[in-house]
Formats: sequence, C-alpha cells, structure tokens
Amino acid sequence: MSVQDLVVIGNGMVGQRFVDALRARDPQGRWRVTVLAEEGRPAYDRVRLSAYFDGVSEEELNVHTPHDGVRLRLGEPATGIDRERRVVTTAKGEYAYHALVLATGSYPFVPPVPGAELPGVFVYRTLDDLAAIRTYAQGRRVGAVIGGGLLGLEAANALRLLGLSTDVIEFAPRLMPVQVDQAGGAMLRRYVEELGVRTHLGVATTAIRAGADGAVAALELSDGRMVDAELVVVAAGIRPRDDLARAAGLPLGPRGGVLVDETCRTADEHVWAVGECAAVDGTCHGLVAPGYATAEVVADRLVGGAATFPGADTATKLKLLGVDVASFGDAHGTTEGCLDVTFTDPATRVYAKLVLSDDAHTLLGGVLVGDASAYPTLRASVGGPLPAAPLALLAPEGGGADAGTLPATAQVCSCNAVTRGDVDDAIAGGCADVPALKACTRAGTSCGSCVPMLKQLLDAAGVAQSTALCEHFDVSRRELFEIVRVRGIRTFSQLIAEHGRGRGCDICKPVVASILASLGSGHVLDGEQASLQDTNDHFLANLQRDGSYSVVPRIPGGEITPEKLIVIGEVARDFQLYTKITGGQRIDLFGARVEQLPQIWRRLVDAGFESGHAYGKALRTVKSCVGETWCRYGVQDSVGLAVALELRYRGLRAPHKLKSAVSGCARECAEARSKDFGIIATETGWNLYVGGNGGFRPRHADLFATDLSTEELVTLIDRFLIYYIRTADRLQRTAGWIEAMDGGLDHLRAVIVDDSLGLCADLDAAMARHVTSYSDEWRDVLDDPERLRRYTSFVNAPDVPDPSITFAVERGQPVPARTLTTTRSEPADARRQPVTLGLPEVRR
Amino acid sequence: MSHTTTLDWTAVCTLDRLEPNRGVAALVDGVQVALFHTVDGLFAIDNRDPVSGAYVLSRGIVGSRGGVPTVASPLHKQVYDLRTGDCLDLPGMTVARHDTRCHDGIVEVRLRREG
Repeated sequence: MSVQDLVVIGNGMVGQRFVDALRARDPQGRWRVTVLAEEGRPAYDRVRLSAYFDGVSEEELNVHTPHDGVRLRLGEPATGIDRERRVVTTAKGEYAYHALVLATGSYPFVPPVPGAELPGVFVYRTLDDLAAIRTYAQGRRVGAVIGGGLLGLEAANALRLLGLSTDVIEFAPRLMPVQVDQAGGAMLRRYVEELGVRTHLGVATTAIRAGADGAVAALELSDGRMVDAELVVVAAGIRPRDDLARAAGLPLGPRGGVLVDETCRTADEHVWAVGECAAVDGTCHGLVAPGYATAEVVADRLVGGAATFPGADTATKLKLLGVDVASFGDAHGTTEGCLDVTFTDPATRVYAKLVLSDDAHTLLGGVLVGDASAYPTLRASVGGPLPAAPLALLAPEGGGADAGTLPATAQVCSCNAVTRGDVDDAIAGGCADVPALKACTRAGTSCGSCVPMLKQLLDAAGVAQSTALCEHFDVSRRELFEIVRVRGIRTFSQLIAEHGRGRGCDICKPVVASILASLGSGHVLDGEQASLQDTNDHFLANLQRDGSYSVVPRIPGGEITPEKLIVIGEVARDFQLYTKITGGQRIDLFGARVEQLPQIWRRLVDAGFESGHAYGKALRTVKSCVGETWCRYGVQDSVGLAVALELRYRGLRAPHKLKSAVSGCARECAEARSKDFGIIATETGWNLYVGGNGGFRPRHADLFATDLSTEELVTLIDRFLIYYIRTADRLQRTAGWIEAMDGGLDHLRAVIVDDSLGLCADLDAAMARHVTSYSDEWRDVLDDPERLRRYTSFVNAPDVPDPSITFAVERGQPVPARTLTTTRSEPADARRQPVTLGLPEVRR
Repeated sequence: MSHTTTLDWTAVCTLDRLEPNRGVAALVDGVQVALFHTVDGLFAIDNRDPVSGAYVLSRGIVGSRGGVPTVASPLHKQVYDLRTGDCLDLPGMTVARHDTRCHDGIVEVRLRREG
C-alpha cells in the first residue's frame, strides 16, 4: 500500500469535517494529511460564534479532533499553488500533494463606502474579530450594524449584550431578506425593536464618518439621515475566498467561488474544493450543512467512492435575539403556480407561511417566525404530502404535525442526515427508546430539535413506551410523585392499596421511599418507611461486596481542619478500617460491620461530623478548587460557595445521586462540567452549568446561565433541583432528564427562569422546607434506641460478629479476605523499590 | 444420592424483634439464617447470597412477583422466592430454605440441610 500526500487548505468547520470524514473512511492511512490553517487556533464552531458573548469559552467552541496521520499547521496560510509541480507554498516552505482540497471558506464582504477602514469598524467572522469588538466596546455607548441578515442580527445582539445602544441598517425592505418573506420580516422587526434595537430598512449606508479622534462616530444613510455609532460592525454578506484558485488558473463560478462539478472536483483532477469556497455546478452555499455534504463527497471520492453532491438543503432554524425563526424549502414561493397558506397572530406574535404546490397537496416550503416548533416535521415533509391540515400544522406548538406521517425518505435529523427510514430500521433493530435511537443513528445528538419526532416515530412503530414503574404500579415515577404530593399520601401501604397492586418490590419501594423523603416525611427510618429502603439507606452506610459497609462523613467542599482529619485517622485506626480518599474530596472508611456503625458514628458525630449521604440517592459532594483565597488565578471564593451549597442541599433525596462542583476560575480545576450542577467563577459572578456526569456515559454539563450573583445562582439551583426531583424518572441522572425533556434546555430555562408554568414559587417553597427541616440522619439514629436496634449482627447472638467478614492485608491496609484474592505480604519499604512483580492481575 | 436432614426447632427471638416487611439475620446451630416477617407470613432462608457468597440476604427488600412472596439480594438484586428459595431471575440458582413458625410469641427455626 502506497501512502500519498493530501494537503488541505483551511481548518474551518468544513475543512475539519472533511478530515474527520476521510479519517473515518481511511483506517489504513492511505492518505497522509497536512492541514494548513490561517488562524492560530484549530477549527471552531463558527455557527455558534455569537455564543462567545454569552460566556461560552473558546474551548467549548472548539470542533477540532486530532487524528493520527494528520498534521495541523496553525497560523501558516497557503500563499500559492503550483499545479505543475503539485506543490502548495506557505511563508515557511512547500508542501507536495497528490491531492489538494481547498477549504478556504469565505471572507466578509465590506461595501466600498468611504470610511470603511476607520478605527472602530469591524467585521464579524472570527473569534479574533469578536474579541476585538469586545475590547473596543468598553466604555462606548452606541453601535451600529450594517446588514440586517442572519449575521447582522447576531452582531446586533452581541452589541446589545456588550451594553451598546444599537442600530441595524438593511438595504432590503425587511430583516433577514434571504430567509423570510415580507410579513415574516415585519413580525421579526417587532421582536427586534422591542429589545431596543432600532432598524432602518430599505436604506444604504453611503459613508462612515469619523469623529474628532479619527475613529468612527456616525453613519450617513442614503435617505440623508445620520446615525450615531462609535462602533460599527459590517455584516453585509460573505464572498468565497477563491484568490488562491484564481491565481493558480483554476476556473471560477459565475459569481466567484472555485468551480467544481457534482463530485466537488475542479478542472484539475488533483484539486478539490469543499464548503463555502466551492461553487458546486456554479453555485456557492453559505450554510454549514451543504458544506458538510461537500466534505463527505470528497472524502468518499478520495477512497474510491462514487458520492455526488446531493443538492443543498437551505433550511434554517435559529433563535435570533430570543426569537425563533425558521425557513425551509421554497420559502419565497418561486415555484410556478404555488399557493401560500399564511397564519398571523399579532397577540402571540406568531407568523407562519406554508408554500404548497398548485394542487395544494405537496408542501414546497415555508417560513416560521415566533414559534418554530413545527419546523422539524414540516422541513422533513418538503416534497411530500402535507402531514396534516395546513391550519393544524400552523397553529402554535404545531399540534397537528406528526412525524408518523412522513415518508421513509424524509430527513428527520438534518444535522446528521438521518432519514425516517434510518430511524425505522433502528427501531426494527431493537432500539426501544430515544436514548437508544440517539446512540444508534446519531439523530437528535446535535441540535436536538428532532427529538420529539423520534418519540413520535417510536409511537408510530408501535413500540410501547411503557412508563410503568414495575409490575406493582402502572404509572411513572413522575406521576407517582404527583399522586403522593397532591393527595398527601404518606405511607407505602396506602399508596399501593389505592394506586397499585401486590406487595411492592426492590424497584418501587425505594422509589416511594425517595419520594416520601423528598416531600419531607421525617426520618428515612421512621415507621413503615424503614421497610422501603435499600440496604444502604436502611443502614445509612454503603454495602460492600463482602457484606461489610463503608462510612463517609461529610466534608463540605473538601475543606477540613487538621483536628478533624486526625479524628478520622483515629477512628479508622481504632476500628481497623481501610481508608481511601474519594473523587469527591472526602474520605471513605471501609470494612465496618453493621454493629460497629453506631460506634463509629458516635466518635465522628462527637467530633462535629455528620452523615455524608454517600449511601443515598441524594446530594453527595460539592467539590471545589481552592479558589481566589489562595490561588493566584482564582477570581471568586469557590470553596466558600461549595461549602454553602453543600450545606444547603445536604440530605436532599432525588431520583439519583447528585454531584456538584465549584471552580474559582475558567481553568476549571474542580471539574464542575462533569457534574449535575457545576459552577464556574467569572470576573463578575458565576456561570451555572447543568446536566453533566461522569460514569458510564460521560457528558459535559451545558451552560445554563451566566454572570449570576450568588443569590441568583442559588435560586436557579434550588428550582433546578426541585423540578428534577419532581419530574425525573427513576434512576435518571440530570443529564438523561434534560436529554429526554421535550424542548430540552430551552424548556428548562422557560420553566425555572421565566416561570412559564407558574411553578417557581412552589419550587422555591419546597426547597425552603428542605433547608429548614434538615437534620443529621446519623445523630438521629444515635439518639433513638428503637432505631439503634437494627444495628446488630444476629438477632439471637448480638455479641457474635459476622464470622464471614474477615480481612487480609494489602499495601498495609485491611481488605476483604476472599478466595479469589491472592494476598501477598510485601516488604515495608515496597514503595521505595522498583516495581517488578506484584502488579494486580486482570480478573477474567 | 441426596437426602434432607431435619433438625429440631430452635427458639430465635420474640416476634416483635422482627421489623415488619424486613429481614434479620439469626445464627442457628452455626448457620446464618435470614428471617423475614411479611404480610404473607414468616419465612426463613439461608443468609448467604449464592451469587456473591456474601451473607446479606437478610438485608434485601421483600415484596412480591406475580403473587409470589420475594426477597431481592441487596448486592445485585436477584430475586428469590421466599417459600422455596428458588431464584426467579437465574434458573437453577437456589438458596436453602428453612422451617419457621411463631410459638407463644417466640419465633422458632428448624434447619433443613441438603446433603
């Protein structure tokens, strides 16, 4: 097998997708790849560029994946292509190629108006542009954006977030002229102006004027008006970067761009073009989805495939300045004889238009403003019959749209090009729920807007989405929670008699115990509740494989005095407990027999410790870095916040364990983004992340709110936790809860920030009850002889310790003695010697 | 050839020492027995979880499956029929069951040893 050289010019989103796609298809490494990048940073998500102003970091926008056999030359733009010699030159040298892929993207078009070069005039394309805008905006009050398209409105929002009063100048008679029609644009304008952004439509900018300091001060419009602007962003469209191709003598498209055929190959058989710089059959596409399609085509061709460009899907759905806008198919009704069905509701400020074929049977396209919930189904229906009557489809919430009516070829997930047929195949292959479909097809794993459709397709396939908890209850945990809460039921026997059947089991009993505990029904071992608890909650300790238990005292925020540390050491020594530091910045003491637990707690409680709830589906720890108290990088008191949060939420019973962490700066040493709720300090407050976890399926938490005061932060966490406790399924971590939620993070934000369901006061009150009713479960047992009775080895021989629990010694500590383990004695100074033998062997 | 040895009744504790719908461990002739008092009656099985080898069955959650009174191992949740000791999740897996009764408020156990 010969290895050939491939040079890729450009490391934007499409360039990166091309490399990913090629690597996936070329596992043997037939292509040795060199990527020449102009920017000094690897590929990032330009579609989400504006999120930078919401506090999303550069790292989070990163989309670059390193691969074997791919070298990335950052900050080394190509300067020329010698097609004769098949060599690309840069300032630093030459790169020979057998195949060359141009992924040079676009540049922002700046209209040739006087003053466009003044200080204070910016474009909106790269992270560097945004950083420069942010710096320049400091201390300035008024800004303006030239261009009222998609990017222009994003830029306007950015200026607004930076505290600038903002004007938008658009040459067309409406905002977003490419995507929406006149009526949709009018609706959009109402939203935008309500946010304080002034719009000037149907006018051109004739000059950019400087002030006395030589920097930009105002815009002069074609109608003669002047608009004050100390900062100007030009967002007047993009042009393909075809200069290298032009210089190399490659043919260009009629309106620029590197001319390629449907295989994305240029006139030179060794040169290809992908993304925005490529004029496929003469047309350039400025969206990422068609760009990805070209990347896949070229990757396929380079390994001998026969892929061709499938045509551009120009459908778009986005949230601009908080407004849902969607456009798909023939949005402007250019098809001959087509019919429009429109819906305008000034009260709810929703506009929708469907474009139908002349016989009104086929959906051709549409525009949605204000409510885009029908978008996934509608977009997937383009070219096919209407999935429901037009009015039902257009009504807010898209009530009539059902994915079950889509044809097999309809694309359900446009982000990952998954059709209904793919989803149906996965269902036939055994996928029985949304998480399984996501894992199998990748549908719903990017923007998530198609998740409701996945559910509908499961329904349509007749896959029973049983929400029954177990054979004893036909309802889900969430419904059970509501029954218990609303009817005031406080015992399992009443609940199962009235709403279930049989005697219960190890599934429903702990669920009900947790619900009762979440609703503040006294000590978890009181009365009948004791019989519902898993053994861990029953003994308030963690059962280990040999039948012994481990004990974890709470160490809030991981902060501990030397005196307390000594007490833990003494307890561990006196009871001969194996001692290990946990990942949550606590200390776990292993090997306690049930009858020893109260004696251990007595010593710990007397020294000021309390239960750490390591045994419960409850808050575990709030981990922290050392924060600004000591750390030279820290910007907030992360330890102080972690301690306060841990004390606030300690003992809170939930559908699953809850973990948290607080980092004192963006370096994130506390790993807060791997937690159910993580907090990262900013210069001016706290950023809250939700829905992260480690474990079997690791997931980074999503940014939920930024630059919060401590009070705002605590309110949001309170509501987040109580809403989770009330509505999650059994053993569903917050990550899965959010993923399964219709509307996802946006819905969660609506509920707990905007109070869309009117629940917030109730959620706040529930947390307040928890905080005031907390008491230490260990101490409560020590104070009560009745509860203490169960901590005995044998009911008829309480003085006989369980003879089955015995220990060997490993690395100087007790460990369970079991026939499986070959215990070895080791010299006292083993750690000082080179490791030769004695490594643990893999158990098979 | 196997046969079952039946021993004498041994008094273990008063009935009120058994928490309703929960188990306790008892030591009878050196054998660890898991004793349960549920709404379906008194049950006694070996305390040893045959899957893990740990002596923990007395700490499982009791309940029912399709009308059969059950206990679930607290370690890995396999469910056993309290009346027969048969595991309902793993065919062929079983724990020894013992006789138990309440006599004048005293719980008694009679071991059954398979051998």
